[in-house]
Amino acid sequence: MTTIAKRPKDVHLGDRVFALSLKSIAAFVGIMLIAIGFFLAKASIPALNNSGFAFFVTSVWDPVQNVYGALPVIFGTIVSSLTALMIAGPMSVGVALFLTELAPAWIASVFGFLVQMLAAIPSVVYGLWGIFVLAPWMRETVQPTLSSSLGFLPLFQGPPYGVGMLTASLILAIMITPTIASICQEVFKAVPTAQRESALALGSTRWEMMKLAVLKTSKPGIFGAIILGLGRAFGETMAVTMVIGNRSEISFSLFAPGQTMASVIANEYAEATHDLHLSALAAVGLALFIVTIIINGTARVLISRITFKRQQA
Amino acid sequence: MSSSESLMTFDRPLKGLHPSLRRKGLAFDYYRRSKFRSFLVQICLCLVTIGALVPLFSVFIYVLQQGLPALNLAFFTETPKPVGEVGGGMANSLAGTLVIIGIASLIGIPVGVGTGLYLSEYGQGKRGSTIRFLVDILASIPSIVVGLFAYSMVVLPMKRFSALAGGIALSIIMIPTVARSAEELLKLVPQTVREAGLALGLPRWKVTLQIVLKGCRAGIITGVILALARIAGETAPLLFTALNNRFWSTQLDQPMSTLPVQIYSYAISPFDDWHRQAWAGALVLVLLVLLVNLMTRIVFSRAATTLRGWRK
Repeated sequence: MTTIAKRPKDVHLGDRVFALSLKSIAAFVGIMLIAIGFFLAKASIPALNNSGFAFFVTSVWDPVQNVYGALPVIFGTIVSSLTALMIAGPMSVGVALFLTELAPAWIASVFGFLVQMLAAIPSVVYGLWGIFVLAPWMRETVQPTLSSSLGFLPLFQGPPYGVGMLTASLILAIMITPTIASICQEVFKAVPTAQRESALALGSTRWEMMKLAVLKTSKPGIFGAIILGLGRAFGETMAVTMVIGNRSEISFSLFAPGQTMASVIANEYAEATHDLHLSALAAVGLALFIVTIIINGTARVLISRITFKRQQA
Repeated sequence: MSSSESLMTFDRPLKGLHPSLRRKGLAFDYYRRSKFRSFLVQICLCLVTIGALVPLFSVFIYVLQQGLPALNLAFFTETPKPVGEVGGGMANSLAGTLVIIGIASLIGIPVGVGTGLYLSEYGQGKRGSTIRFLVDILASIPSIVVGLFAYSMVVLPMKRFSALAGGIALSIIMIPTVARSAEELLKLVPQTVREAGLALGLPRWKVTLQIVLKGCRAGIITGVILALARIAGETAPLLFTALNNRFWSTQLDQPMSTLPVQIYSYAISPFDDWHRQAWAGALVLVLLVLLVNLMTRIVFSRAATTLRGWRK
């Protein structure tokens, strides 16, 4: 057996310098992530020292009294994001199914582009539209209809302000649909064509084929996409800030104004004068940072696992 | 449909059919029924897709309808008038956006492209996939959190809000987008091209920079422009870094107005004239984003096709 002598790795001085500089640039990205966590943690020490873990479970957020409990904003974030997911999840799966399974190529590419445009519109423009178009529509049409038909539920009680949790959720749903849809599209595209063909050959209709060959095997991928959408909804700031009403109180009605973790920072940080207030907002930011990392990490692992398996097969 | 005709002769289990109909002995065609259901679902999927696009068209129509009448020369040439006076424009915000994007690209483009190069040329191993994962995580961090970071890293030590802080915040948002799009394009360059360069005795850095990188220059520039269009609309990280400014400012260590922040502060103000200008600003922003996306999409797909052609 002949062995070829291994070429020494990067003999050139220039090569070594080049590789080193690229490596340090790439390492810089990792360091930045750690630095973000570090600076946020440092800034939130006073608030966490002041009230400890109670910071996250007490429900009074009152900058005037200098009392900070993050429960209302955590509640607002979870409720608005989950409501948005309930609208955007099924819708995105539908859009992705249409684009990958039904639409002819040119329609799919035009619609696909338009859906991606939804993601490209700046958040502040959605906010502007939300204030002047969506909120009045909600106040005059949607909310009265909901309270007269489903008003027995505590979710749809209270005066229709227009701005509030429901409007924010709707805007969030619009904004996260492209994210979820495009990942679902990737996941569906990874389904081998033979699988579809065999379903059709067994006499399935198109819908049965989608159920059997596409949706069933794509479940983890869809789940990952939805989680990724959740991550985006958690962090979305401007549009939500502009239509959620900005009141740090817990209310079980979706009509009531609320506050999310991101919106409370956007609203109060520039005007906060008290150190404890700044620190409390930084602590909220830290929580947001950690939660998005966990959510996105999980989703990426899920998605990469499924597409990897497919590529192997 | 001759095949369905033959199926119709089978007596299918009448599952799912209402008992009253079953008693009447109605002929029941399972196949036709599921075909009909499939047809309905297909219609629904089509409607859902169109429904998802309704907000896009609504935003677009309103931005045009409200923004066009408000768009005039003064919008591009004047600075905001004092509260209560009608008129004025967003000239300083437009300039400010350009300046802050400039700062962001000074940091974001080299680091982003460098990371992309690392990932495609050196990132095959475990370390590469770790960096790739970290870049993805960085991309998913809420922009407002990046703003908080820039605040405590730049604004606090300098003791003032500044354009510089805003630029740094935006550069962090820009890096992952640039890095991933660069990596994707660089990976399209066939391995044989690299080998050909190395076989000629070129050092690896020359092959990478002068052959590989040059080959997908157009695509990488497109990716950069897309990232720039994205950060041009970012508001949240600028709220407490670059803040806002009613006047012309060219100083990087001073607060600076930007288009998105100005739109935000006008939108939540109580004045009609300011609302009008907010719509005009939104129109400029949306047109910019739309044009850049359309153009880059064409260039990007062309660049990718060229590279794929190269491979053959």
